[in-house]
Amino acid sequence: MSTGVRDTVEVNLPSRDHERPIGFGRLKRKEDARFIRGKGTYLDDIRLPGMVHGAMLRSPFAHARIVSIDTSRALAHPNVAAVITAKDLETLGLAWMPTISYDTQAVLAGDKVRFQGQEVAFVIATDEYSANDALSLIDVEYEPLPAVVNARKALDPDAPLIRDDKAGQRDNLASPLWEAGDQEATDRAFAEADTVVTRDIIYPRCHPAPLETCGMIADFNPETGQLDIYNGNQAPHAHRTVYAHVAGLAEHMIRIRCQDIGGGFGNKVPVYPGYVCAIAGSIVAGVPVKWVENRTENLVSTGFARDYVMHAEMCSKDGKITGLRVDVIADHGAFDSTAQPTKFPAGFFHIVCGSYDLQASHVQVKAVYTNKAPGGVAYRCSFRITEAVYLVERMVDALALEMKADPIELRMRSFIAPEQFPYETTTGWTYDSGNYAETMRVAMDIAGYEELRREQAEKRARGELMGIGVSFFTEGVGAGPRKHMDILGLAMNDGADLRIHPSGKAVVSISAQTQGQGHETTFAQIVAEELGIPPEDVEVRHGDTDRSPYGLGTYGSRSTPVSGGAVAIVSRKVRDKARLIASTMLEARPEDLAWEKGRWYVKGDPAKGVLIEEIAERAYSGGELPEGMEGGLDAQVIYDPPNLTYPYGAYIAVVDIDPDTAEVKVRRFIAVDDCGVRINPMVVEGQIHGGLAEGVGIALMEVITFDDEGNCLNSSFMDYLIPTALECPDFELGETVTPCPHHPLGAKGVGESPNVGSPPAIVNAVIDALHVTHGVDHIDMPCTPARVWAAMQGRAEPPQ
Amino acid sequence: MQTPAAFDYERATSVEGVIASLQRGGAGARVIAGGHSLLPMMKLRLANPTHLVDINDLKELQYIREDGSEIRIGALTRHVDLEKSELLARRFPIFRDAETVIADPVVRNRGTIGGSLCQADASEDLSAVCSALKASVVIRGATGERIVSMEDFHVGPYTTAVGDAELLTEIRIPVRAGCGSAHEKVERRAGDWAIAATSAAVWLEGGAIAQAGIALSAVGLTTIHLTRAEELLRGKAPTQELFAEAGELASADCSPTADGRGPVDYKRHLAGVLTARALARASARAQDQGVA
Amino acid sequence: MNVTIDINGETVSREIEPRLLLVHFIRDTPGLTGTHWGCDTSNCGACVVLLDGSPVKSCTMLAAMAEGHEIRTVESLERDGDLDPVQQGFHELHALQCGFCTPGMMMTARGLLDENPDPTEAEIRTAISGGICRCTGYKNIVAAIRWAADHEAAAKQGVSA
Repeated sequence: MSTGVRDTVEVNLPSRDHERPIGFGRLKRKEDARFIRGKGTYLDDIRLPGMVHGAMLRSPFAHARIVSIDTSRALAHPNVAAVITAKDLETLGLAWMPTISYDTQAVLAGDKVRFQGQEVAFVIATDEYSANDALSLIDVEYEPLPAVVNARKALDPDAPLIRDDKAGQRDNLASPLWEAGDQEATDRAFAEADTVVTRDIIYPRCHPAPLETCGMIADFNPETGQLDIYNGNQAPHAHRTVYAHVAGLAEHMIRIRCQDIGGGFGNKVPVYPGYVCAIAGSIVAGVPVKWVENRTENLVSTGFARDYVMHAEMCSKDGKITGLRVDVIADHGAFDSTAQPTKFPAGFFHIVCGSYDLQASHVQVKAVYTNKAPGGVAYRCSFRITEAVYLVERMVDALALEMKADPIELRMRSFIAPEQFPYETTTGWTYDSGNYAETMRVAMDIAGYEELRREQAEKRARGELMGIGVSFFTEGVGAGPRKHMDILGLAMNDGADLRIHPSGKAVVSISAQTQGQGHETTFAQIVAEELGIPPEDVEVRHGDTDRSPYGLGTYGSRSTPVSGGAVAIVSRKVRDKARLIASTMLEARPEDLAWEKGRWYVKGDPAKGVLIEEIAERAYSGGELPEGMEGGLDAQVIYDPPNLTYPYGAYIAVVDIDPDTAEVKVRRFIAVDDCGVRINPMVVEGQIHGGLAEGVGIALMEVITFDDEGNCLNSSFMDYLIPTALECPDFELGETVTPCPHHPLGAKGVGESPNVGSPPAIVNAVIDALHVTHGVDHIDMPCTPARVWAAMQGRAEPPQ
Repeated sequence: MQTPAAFDYERATSVEGVIASLQRGGAGARVIAGGHSLLPMMKLRLANPTHLVDINDLKELQYIREDGSEIRIGALTRHVDLEKSELLARRFPIFRDAETVIADPVVRNRGTIGGSLCQADASEDLSAVCSALKASVVIRGATGERIVSMEDFHVGPYTTAVGDAELLTEIRIPVRAGCGSAHEKVERRAGDWAIAATSAAVWLEGGAIAQAGIALSAVGLTTIHLTRAEELLRGKAPTQELFAEAGELASADCSPTADGRGPVDYKRHLAGVLTARALARASARAQDQGVA
Repeated sequence: MNVTIDINGETVSREIEPRLLLVHFIRDTPGLTGTHWGCDTSNCGACVVLLDGSPVKSCTMLAAMAEGHEIRTVESLERDGDLDPVQQGFHELHALQCGFCTPGMMMTARGLLDENPDPTEAEIRTAISGGICRCTGYKNIVAAIRWAADHEAAAKQGVSA
């Protein structure tokens, strides 16, 4: 009998920097093999036999009544198969669809258009070029209406009513006032305070703009009633449930396959009208219909992010932050398709109390409709935490300015202390673990904070402008516990299904859906860590509703907190069963066996053991199994996380500003993240780099603006600017590790932290550069040269 | 993806062939070279030519050479070749200044000087460069060639002296002693069009500015020739104070409009700052050259 | 019209409309879908291929304009089962996440190294500045290209030694 010792693989726990770890460590990604060869399969790469192409006609107006739609010239085009309008959809019951926030959204506009770029008609033609040509052959007569563009004016008594489709809707209020915290206690904190600062802060509308746009291939088979969907989205199971409801189709007859996805960042969470049109088109035409939006369509019509107009007050007493009061107007655009758990209409914005041990806080949010594209989705953010962190970290700096305190010192004095965890915040969150001051100090060391301050003083004396900006964030990610969190009634839990084959090779199926996060590698590593199987021998399946367990997908940094927990637990279930089989194989009682990575062995006699592969072989063989046990070595779980995980980090930005042209250059960026245990540090660092680049973009250039008529002014990559390699500094990372106490692996989510934490650091740095010399104490993003110059002239203005 | 409307395509093998093809194509005929201005406009259906004449095979229009007292640049010379040309870097370093900030290196592998000038976008850099250098261009038509100064080349926004069935074939830049030149640009992000840009050239004689050329991008409906500032400089010693004064004239003499890149006052301010900077660098280069 | 283009050493010929974009010809005719598109305005670089050895944006070129020229796409980088050093570098240094910009980035890098085998970090950043990556923040892409340069140099030395 085998002693259960491998001769080819080290059984000892490898270091986390090991090149080929069995378990956690810097394992090179498995998915790279196809991507570096150009063999990924993205949506537009898929061609089905008989497939036709859709194109969308969109509104040129932000607000207009539709007088008539004439499709006859388009239908006369020799390559056009069909043109679908709202009238056609009405007969199918598909003219309107629910949003993920229990609002409704027009699939195709019938009565009127409510934002520029809204879907008006869907052309189906033999090829993409003909479909595009036919768009100009559809004649639509519009009667333009005045547009509501500014969220602050949306509730004015004379504001035109946008949602006259909704019974009883008399104004542009999208959802009632929502509150968190304790108003009276907050009033008391402010009354007792010795310093109070006030700011109006806008987090402007921006867009996730993944490099691959959104699209779908719908393939309805009228004979079988089966609907096959190819669609890169972040939550395939939830989408399937939505389509079943919307189209009245049987859920089990719908299959969604997300193959490779060219980035999501929140943009691929919602269901878009183009998807419903592709499905309707395939049902009508009886052939597969492909629809892929172009870049302009992506920017003007799909889920934007942010657009929060905020008024805040923060106070301190005896040198420590004590209270925060926030009043927000949320601009949802023409339809409220905000992505967030049902019970949280402002998402997790009330985490705005940040990393500080406050006396009290109060938050209120009201949401309005405007004649702008619907949203908002979380752009690499867990449900409005980005807005919250931006606000609180800007306010702390404002308070530090007022108190003439060093911004790090004020934070250090006000942090929640390590011994206070688990910590109940003044708005009701229970932070799991943290040692904030330590992380802050690591960031200061990497930055050389004192030296930077000296350099700044020297430069200032020479007339040069240099700024040092700090932010410290705490996020709550990994939604979430089913008792608190659902989307459209679906609990935010994730499944995992693990099958160990007779040879010891494994397949783990998960409900999270990668858009580049490296799930095929890191989830294999979790199984490897738990079972001692080399990660190469673990195949990760995801993104196919027929081949993966139900779950809510990947967004809000929830993959590792929720699906990661599921995979750890399913692996442990398999390990527990393996122990029982091993006990039969080793003729020992289960409680006399001990586990080391990859094998069960007899306590006190380590040479006597069996490898997991040998146990798997036995599980499927005719050999003896424990009394009453079924064969096989499989397990399945649905993981309901007991709480969110609360990653945090300390970020420091160093900027230089040209005193004459006002150009801002981010010279250095230091990011020290604590996301608990890191499964694959290489992947974690890669995620941080990417989010930091997005933060540089949001702070300096990424913005969606509109003119007074509601025309979108950033409708292509010529005007929606995304940073290139020349704007991004060589990011400097550090880490601390404070395990999550309730996550099976001690891990916390991380993907969004860098996007959440970096914009306030950069904006704080810009203000830090300009405060002494130019008296600047506030600027809204993006810090473009023109806007920074205006601030230097004392004329800082919010973006349009 | 956005796709252009249908058109006929013809690939020219000679300049004469281009002219003939343009004549055949009539009002809907357009020349395509690098295509990086024209094709995006065609995809947006803002340009809908019915007949495209591809001139990319005309290697005879791809050159940079010194010819007596002139530098001659073939209209099909690509940005990358202008950027890398040692001859230009020596004679007119303004080209390398500009070329490192025009679009991005991959686009510069295709885009051409002729295409840039003929697009006549007020934000385009090379029009200002050529204006500052007092260049002229050669335009070929069915009846022969004509030479047009840069001042007369820009007729209006997106409009040049190149007529129907005509082709821009060459750019000529006079070479005179004591020249220094520089291009300064501020953009929202690498690869973006200018918020404002200044091209400047000075010709020094005996320690004084004998002549100056200054042109601005992106602060008017067309490339702006700064004649008042040029006159101000003539005959004076190059000093920072003088350049600042020229910058003030630049701020006054431009006519920017507000857009996503910035408001009018900022653009005027930039025109001034960049003009002073470009003149200072141009002058320093002229002085360096004098020493060499 | 009929167009014939040399793509990755193979002659590809097809009857097309003159307006067909090169990126569509590459993706449709030989089915080489490794070349992507991400915008319509030649800003993103997902469509970069080598045209006679130089990186160009294939969304802003007509297929007809490529007749008589040599196109190389990402699918040509691996030769006889050997990955190109650029491919290896991207894998080794985690220079890709969603993989969508990767072919364009790698072809741009290949074009750079063919012309400048020993680029500085600044030169690398400039060379790839016509491409947008939403995932990596460019840091590892820059490092991967430098890795490829070092390994190519070492391989050449090995051969000559």
